[in-house]
Amino acid sequence: MPVTADRMIEIRKLTKTFGLNPVLRGLDLDVPRGQFLTLLGPNGSGKTTLLRILGALARPTSGTVRIGGWELPSEAEFVRAQLGVVSHQPLLYDTLTAEENLLFFARLYHLPPETRRARVVEVLERVGLARRARDVVQTYSRGMQQRLAIARAILHNPAILLLDEPYTGLDQDAAAVLDDLLRQVATEGRTVIMTTHDLRRGYALADRIAILSRGKIAFDAPCREIDPDALPTLYADVTGAVTTR
Amino acid sequence: MTVSPEPTTSPAPAETAATRPATASARARQRLTPFWRAVGAIAWKDLRAEIRSRELINSMVLFTFMTVMVFSLALELDREARQTTVAGVLWVTVVFAGMIGLSRSLAAEKDRGSLDALLLAPIDRGALFFGKMIGNLLFVLVIALVLLVLLTVLFNVTLLKPLLVLVVLLGSIGFTAAGTLLSSMTVHARAREALLPIILMPVVLPVLISAVRASTTILEGLPRDDWLPWLQLLAVADVIFLAAGYGLFDYVVEE
Repeated sequence: MPVTADRMIEIRKLTKTFGLNPVLRGLDLDVPRGQFLTLLGPNGSGKTTLLRILGALARPTSGTVRIGGWELPSEAEFVRAQLGVVSHQPLLYDTLTAEENLLFFARLYHLPPETRRARVVEVLERVGLARRARDVVQTYSRGMQQRLAIARAILHNPAILLLDEPYTGLDQDAAAVLDDLLRQVATEGRTVIMTTHDLRRGYALADRIAILSRGKIAFDAPCREIDPDALPTLYADVTGAVTTR
Repeated sequence: MTVSPEPTTSPAPAETAATRPATASARARQRLTPFWRAVGAIAWKDLRAEIRSRELINSMVLFTFMTVMVFSLALELDREARQTTVAGVLWVTVVFAGMIGLSRSLAAEKDRGSLDALLLAPIDRGALFFGKMIGNLLFVLVIALVLLVLLTVLFNVTLLKPLLVLVVLLGSIGFTAAGTLLSSMTVHARAREALLPIILMPVVLPVLISAVRASTTILEGLPRDDWLPWLQLLAVADVIFLAAGYGLFDYVVEE
């Protein structure tokens, strides 16, 4: 199938098995450029595995995955340059300062030396951590670490953001700050895929919702076609799960 | 074409298949991050983090000091026996102290999740191997330097000889290259600290034998023909382990 520039992520018949345990079973998914897709699903449905494959951290067992026209896993280096990833773990070095962390990743992402420091200052200001730039990360609260994780993810200005349960462990205030940040970065034309168990938050941020169940996309629709009040019931019907959210 | 775009206020569109370089050699020329710059960044980061936390180096130095003290108290040797024994003490201590560093280096990255951050970077995984290996090598060399001084004092044998320093350097390179590769294999295992020595020791045996034999013959003041073959064997083992690490790291580091 020819790749079009508007189809940023293209997944066909993707399977992934761990030993004899199939996690993804022939998954098909297209994500257009600039879309915010929230991926819902119960534990073990394959959300994290899917994001790890998209991030070239795991190899598919079979099927094809193309990101921006680059194919995984053979062109993983080119794919990784397009990605920013925020996980439930901050993926930072807690004995380094925020500034040192970002300068380190700026070097790995090949930011030009002459603009590197300015870019680090810019993203730190953006996530509201400029005043704590020279503090070591282990002195940060969980919410601050997650904001710094977003700064790391957008440092190289990626076209695609993968967010794997970014709200895990955040209190209400920190989650609200993260909401604002994600809204900002999503309005800049980035393609975003976010996995979450928080249906309300996932709906509020997204353009489109997909529900993953037993390794396949069991439901997929634009948010405008979904009644937010009916989403918990819809989710329970699709996955067979019981939810109160 | 630059695949990793310069930051702007809005995200640059991703490269597409239509704009990708036509040949493999053209792609190779357009490496996303220059290889050695990434190596330097990773090694520097490890060094900086360790200088601040002193987690590894304190344990390694303490272990080294205690081991050498035990050996010096347990072995009552005459001058000739000391010259033949001290090389064994040197390498046993380097290996076991080095093992502490090797087992924690990638495990700490894995535990805090930063291993994923490194694997997500658009760099050659070979650069990641060399970066981690050079970081480990620096810690092992610090231990070796401490050992050379301690053994010189406690065993009354002059160890600070240029040739012996060369053997220590070559032996440490082979040991850390094999150790970095194998620790990336064991990092996902539950009993990784116990597993690493079990699989590392047989693999680095050629390095250890060559290093001990070369060190002993140099300390005994034997002619060049006696130590040169061991030095050559050591250099060959280094090249093999470095090449294996560069080639295989991409495959073994993934889950």
